[in-house]
Amino acid sequence: MSAWLTVGHLLPVLLLGAVTTLEVTAGSFVVATLIGLVLAILQRLDWRPLRVVIAIYVDVFRAIPVLTQLFIIYFGLTEIGIRLDPVPAAIVGFGINGGAYLTEVFRSGIGAVHQGQLEAAQMLGMTRLAALRIVILPQAMRVVLPPLGNFAIGLLKDTALASAVAAPELMFRARTLVDQTFLATQIFVTAAAIYLAMSLPLGFLTRRAEAHLSRGRR
Amino acid sequence: MTWEIFNDSMPELLVAAIGTLRMTAFAFLLAATLGLTLAFLRLAGGLAGRLALLYIEIVRGMPALTLLFLIYFGLVPAGIVLNSFLAAVVALGLNGAAYLAEVYRAGIQAVDSGQREAAQMLGLRRPQIMRDVILPQAVPIVLPPMGNYLVSLLKDTSIASLISAPELMLRSRDLAGTYYLPMEYYLLAGAMYLVMAWPMMYGARRLERHFARGRLQGGRT
Amino acid sequence: MSGPTSQDARPALVEAIGLTKRFGEVDVLKDVNLAVQAGEKVAIIGPSGSGKTTLLRCVAHRERPTSGHVTIAGERIGEKLVKGHWREMSDREIARIRTGIGMVFQRFNLFPHLTALDNVMLGPMRVLRQSRAEAEPLARELLRKVGLAHKAADYPERLSGGQQQRVAIARSLAMQPRLMLFDEATSALDPELIGEVLNVMRDLARDGMTMLVVTHEMQFAEDVADRVVFMDHGRVVDEGPPHELFRAPSHPRTQAFLRAVVDRQVMGETAES
Repeated sequence: MSAWLTVGHLLPVLLLGAVTTLEVTAGSFVVATLIGLVLAILQRLDWRPLRVVIAIYVDVFRAIPVLTQLFIIYFGLTEIGIRLDPVPAAIVGFGINGGAYLTEVFRSGIGAVHQGQLEAAQMLGMTRLAALRIVILPQAMRVVLPPLGNFAIGLLKDTALASAVAAPELMFRARTLVDQTFLATQIFVTAAAIYLAMSLPLGFLTRRAEAHLSRGRR
Repeated sequence: MTWEIFNDSMPELLVAAIGTLRMTAFAFLLAATLGLTLAFLRLAGGLAGRLALLYIEIVRGMPALTLLFLIYFGLVPAGIVLNSFLAAVVALGLNGAAYLAEVYRAGIQAVDSGQREAAQMLGLRRPQIMRDVILPQAVPIVLPPMGNYLVSLLKDTSIASLISAPELMLRSRDLAGTYYLPMEYYLLAGAMYLVMAWPMMYGARRLERHFARGRLQGGRT
Repeated sequence: MSGPTSQDARPALVEAIGLTKRFGEVDVLKDVNLAVQAGEKVAIIGPSGSGKTTLLRCVAHRERPTSGHVTIAGERIGEKLVKGHWREMSDREIARIRTGIGMVFQRFNLFPHLTALDNVMLGPMRVLRQSRAEAEPLARELLRKVGLAHKAADYPERLSGGQQQRVAIARSLAMQPRLMLFDEATSALDPELIGEVLNVMRDLARDGMTMLVVTHEMQFAEDVADRVVFMDHGRVVDEGPPHELFRAPSHPRTQAFLRAVVDRQVMGETAES
């Protein structure tokens, strides 16, 4: 049982890692949301070549593992002289990958808003872009909130892969400690518990949001 | 660039890709069957149902990578030593089971409640109703999400490279390190994943279109 | 068409005694008593929310009454006497009782993944454990009786609402029940399709089936029922033979309800059968 006491001493290190986990998650979430939102809007404009390019981006980045994308960004770019630190590399990697996923989410969220809304807005004289911004998006936001919540939780878990590019998040710290102490079981169980402590509240909030939204709206 | 190196590497990369596909297949089987069991336990309720829910919440609350390390490294003191391939299959399968259990449960509950009523009035008992009426209608509902899951499982096998399991990412890492060509080899790996994933993605979309909701809902004038 | 009245001394096939059903704060059924003789056709009418569907569901044991009980052929459904105490029946025992009752739903509830013929044969094959060869002749005969022999191989999505409901009736009849319950069987149908279903129900009545019919089709109730029961706010307010209840209702609430319905029928909003 003294092994668990040792882990008690190591807890602060793991918690530091958890903070980095949250940082990477937050950063990637912002990047992914921005990319997804912009591309979803662009896809609804009437320019076919742009729509095709975006569709290709989405398909390509959803077919390749995140880990591969991370390696390309962190290791691969060094070949052409771009050397990123682990955390920025992770944020870029998860952000671009998440952006491809969220493009689809936002696209169907926008599509879920009734076509008549767009028509009404355009009849008032708004351009397509203005109508999207002022009328469609606010309504679409409500629809996409649950998928966004679930995406955030998935992102939180995905950041564990950033340990493979030496980002000092939770799994990286855990692996380092395991190398030093050989207390694999105790340390990984503790890491798992910390992840649970982060993801369960998020999940609870998301479900609350989902329930709240499906009550009486529309 | 350095095409000859690629030509030499291709055979081992293809072997590794097959390893990836094997891992995907086995993990999928484990996830699909265990997930079904969990879904039934959940639907049955009671203590078993709550234990199933506990399992699902815990497994889905942590990264697959953590689960993988727990299974590969963390079980050793208990005497359970798995090789990397098996550990990866188990970890991915356990993780997928938790996800698919919810997919199955939602699919079963999505079958119109009137169906159960009619079957009960004919005198069918619960297991018969599940087998003859509910499950046949739940299958079209769960197939598209299962198709999507298969694609993400294929991608998730890449994490097994971190415990040196014989799959594509590991092989491309080794080669990238050997020849100091990370960009080329990782791009190549990416392309190979694309080639493997695209047919699956296409199939999943076909499934989605074919089983568009509402087709099998009977009872409307 | 005048059959036995509820005061008849013979034991009733179906008896609801002191049925009360409470949902949350609301009493949907308040101390309802009803007796149906074998071969009798009873129509239950009333405004929505009057408890008519809940009453039917209690007879089918799809709802457990808060108090009171239902007996079918003298046997309590849902409960059995165990060492002097009434205990809940098991799923298997309830299923057995339900083989003697047929129920037709407002939304048909046909099994969409089975053909019409397979729908009709499912009960006999799975519950009565008949083989396909044993079940098929009766199934085809029943489909013929409801006028759908030529649709045996069709899936429900290819059938009209009226056709689906007729298959649903055949499906219930395949279990050879003693009692048929109809829960607003024509309410979900387009007006021009109601007639074909009512005709099937008329034939069934003529063949002597005991029927408990919740309906809005007043003309049908008048033609077919031996007795009409009017429910309002969870109670049986009025009952009697159709010619009495429809032509000369004594109770003011019955009068008010019928006036409202007749007005609609006169204005052509309800389909005439």
